Amino acid sequence: MTEQRGGGQMLDVVIIGAGVVGCATARELSRYCLNVTVCERAAEVGQGGATKANTGIVHAGYDPMPGTLMARLNVRGNAMYDQLTADLGVHMERHGTLVVAFSPFERAHLEELLARGQANGVPGLRILDHRELMELEPNLSPEADSALFAATGGAIEPYELTLALAENAALNGVEFLFEHPVRSVKPISGGWRVEAGERLLETRFVVNAAGLFADDISRMAGAGGFHIRPRLGQYLLLEDRADYDVQRPLFQVPTPMGKGIVVSRTPDGNIIAGPTADDAQDKDDLATTADGLARVLTGARKSIPRLDTRQLVAEFTGARAVIAEQGDFLVEQGAAGFFNAAGIKSPGLTAAPAIAEELVLLLKGAGLDTTSNPAFIPTNTHVPLFRECSPEQQKRMIVEDPRYGRIVCRCETVTEGDIVRAIHRPTGARTVDGLKFRTRAGMGRCQGGFCGPRVLEILCRELGLDPLSVTKCGAGSEILAGRLRPEGENDA
Amino acid sequence: MKTEYDLIVIGGGPAGLAAATAAYDQGLRDILIVERDRFLGGILNQCIHTGFGLQEFREELTGPEYAQRFVDKTLEDGIPFLLDTMVLAVRPDRTIVAISPKLGRLELHAKAIVLSMGCRERTRAAIMVPGTRPAGVMTAGTAQRYMNVEGYLPGHNVVILGSGDVGLIMARRFTLEGARVNAVLEIMPYSTGLTRNIVQCLDDYGIPLLLNHTVTSVHGGKRVTGVSIAQVDDYRRPVPGTEREIACDTLITSVGLVPENELSKTAGVQLDPITGGAVVNQRLQTSVPGVFACGNVLQVHDLVDNVSEESQRAGRSAALYVQDKLPQTLRSIRVVPASGIRYVVPQCVDVTEQTETIKLFMRPSDVFKGASVELRTDSREEPLAKFRRSRLTPGEMVVLTVQGTVFAAVEADILVGVKVL
Repeated sequence: MTEQRGGGQMLDVVIIGAGVVGCATARELSRYCLNVTVCERAAEVGQGGATKANTGIVHAGYDPMPGTLMARLNVRGNAMYDQLTADLGVHMERHGTLVVAFSPFERAHLEELLARGQANGVPGLRILDHRELMELEPNLSPEADSALFAATGGAIEPYELTLALAENAALNGVEFLFEHPVRSVKPISGGWRVEAGERLLETRFVVNAAGLFADDISRMAGAGGFHIRPRLGQYLLLEDRADYDVQRPLFQVPTPMGKGIVVSRTPDGNIIAGPTADDAQDKDDLATTADGLARVLTGARKSIPRLDTRQLVAEFTGARAVIAEQGDFLVEQGAAGFFNAAGIKSPGLTAAPAIAEELVLLLKGAGLDTTSNPAFIPTNTHVPLFRECSPEQQKRMIVEDPRYGRIVCRCETVTEGDIVRAIHRPTGARTVDGLKFRTRAGMGRCQGGFCGPRVLEILCRELGLDPLSVTKCGAGSEILAGRLRPEGENDA
Repeated sequence: MKTEYDLIVIGGGPAGLAAATAAYDQGLRDILIVERDRFLGGILNQCIHTGFGLQEFREELTGPEYAQRFVDKTLEDGIPFLLDTMVLAVRPDRTIVAISPKLGRLELHAKAIVLSMGCRERTRAAIMVPGTRPAGVMTAGTAQRYMNVEGYLPGHNVVILGSGDVGLIMARRFTLEGARVNAVLEIMPYSTGLTRNIVQCLDDYGIPLLLNHTVTSVHGGKRVTGVSIAQVDDYRRPVPGTEREIACDTLITSVGLVPENELSKTAGVQLDPITGGAVVNQRLQTSVPGVFACGNVLQVHDLVDNVSEESQRAGRSAALYVQDKLPQTLRSIRVVPASGIRYVVPQCVDVTEQTETIKLFMRPSDVFKGASVELRTDSREEPLAKFRRSRLTPGEMVVLTVQGTVFAAVEADILVGVKVL
């Protein structure tokens, strides 16, 4: 994969979308001797859509209906996570998941899920009585009656996984184009021409992993056939505290009122509660609402009564890509050489590595040459963040690079060394949000109030940017609006 | 470098410098100030407006000028300080863990520690302002840093949510730099800022202060394009039909300050759930022996002059503690907020052979006109002491100077409450 990409070179695969499915597919394809380019409309990996804002759960696979693609890819994806996270150095907490029933009546639903899970081939399912349940989760409401325990369930930071997949793909030769929205996808002789930003890419195959916009892309290619609606899910993120802490994702048995609110603990140590599930029209409107946040809070307190809003860190909305016409994932060849991975709603994060495998199989079937890439490296060089290290390691880090001795983000103990690293890694950070999702700088209780100006300064210094051009999340989201002193007089 | 000190002061802002220099004046010499920023002086360095020092120096100074008085005193006294050094933890045995680019990872021990880390701003997220999450939403203090220290303008067309002092100051600052400030919104029926700031920063520039109003939604995908605002009822709920949109590119929040007590927690210091700061006695001693707290990490002050006064007391107490000269405590009297008062600092008074005159700091929970603040025990009909005030408001701290004999005369808790006349 060392050859130069000339202007008119025919690529093997263009992937549209750098969310978890696009990045998993890119990484899977980087195992072979192929020229692969990923086009993303957002400024960073995993920042364009559903990947950025979801509950971050590795689902066991008892939920999808037996026989569906969703069921198969969920169970397969779940089984791939141990190896995947070990290879990529991604943090996963696999302590099982619980579906909580709040009455003997609801317990019947647990039996149904258990049977469904067994039909799907999910190992490690068990129904817990009240006593066993309270031992596992002491902060759970005493109203909890029983629960389905799924041993293979877990929690992960979705963007951390996606960043690691992208980095590994880039390390193995995949090219990433950010802020390159795809404007057209047209068939040409022997393949497709994809117009992305100012680039014209010619490729034999196209993988459409455009999430919420997969229907638009499919229509551009003339494959069409489905419509995607955003289903909005609002979330609350809190600092953890002993009296409402949870150890694992806690689902609720669905009621006629809704699917229930999940309370979970993120691997980074926050408590997350959500999502609502409201169908919407506008794919770009990710506003939270007073009503939605109130529903999340009420629902979450049904499980964990002591949740304290004084510990709130953030509220946000994620959009799940729902195909109106069907409940299942759509992974198919939409047109000759054009493949869709669409309608990837929950459990899409869990299924993503299996969806990638599935897409590669389809591509092979369509004639993609899968000669192994002898230089493929399955692992990322894991550089731990300062706060994850032992005192001895921290001492060494500061001696080797004094920038590790300077705290930039106080809330999350992020050092200048961590930030500089995150900028200069493959597919490194270019924006304030990009740094936030890589290092947690600005993700804590002060939400970047203290570190924002410092982060901006480091981005400018490391990337040679003008401060006025630094953005939160790509062009149009500039942080600053003007200069109060002539240029060059701003150095403290 | 040496690792044992008589006194370590955490934070080189106004509180830390006042504490360190007062400890020096009390005869202590083995002192170290640890500051995370590249300069001493703390947040005052970005407060370039005037209004500081009227009490302490009987002069009207800017923030940097006020800070410089204490920096000069620190330098004159030759008190050592570390810059660019962040304390990561304070252990109950008064060991501190800190890191710095130059010195690496440090473990230092002290006979006494003064906690003076200051406070941080409450965010939009902490008060659940709904809407999108675009660029252009920031706290007043962050905007102040961008403008006064970095030299950049964060936006041209501004709405300010919250009438805290920093928000009021920034309303004027944005206006002076040519930006348009549409309005300052306050969810409460009164401003939480100082009256003088409302007059000098809003009234003088014709900026409307909308009481009983809040932002109901933030709009814009990449950058703020506007906010929806509405009037609120007595329960702070938006009143249907009063909602309207203001086009703007920036939303500045000034919705409260929170003492930064993460280190106090690692030290095992008992915290007051109302102030968010340590529980202390009149000597600013916390529940952990040898650990003192002062300034905005203890309680959020309105005036830096009060921070200095309180911190000087903390520094003197810490020095006396190290010198083993603190008078013996005969008993502790709890000072408890009652009707109309949210909190009182100190939370307890130690009675000694000769209890000194004590300053009680407190915040009213509402606006009262023509009232008195009274100290009483449960058992007594007549108040122990009574202080008349023409006006009380949550935005202005009440300071009562109480004779030591008042505390020496009682055995039970003292309740501090408002009586409307």
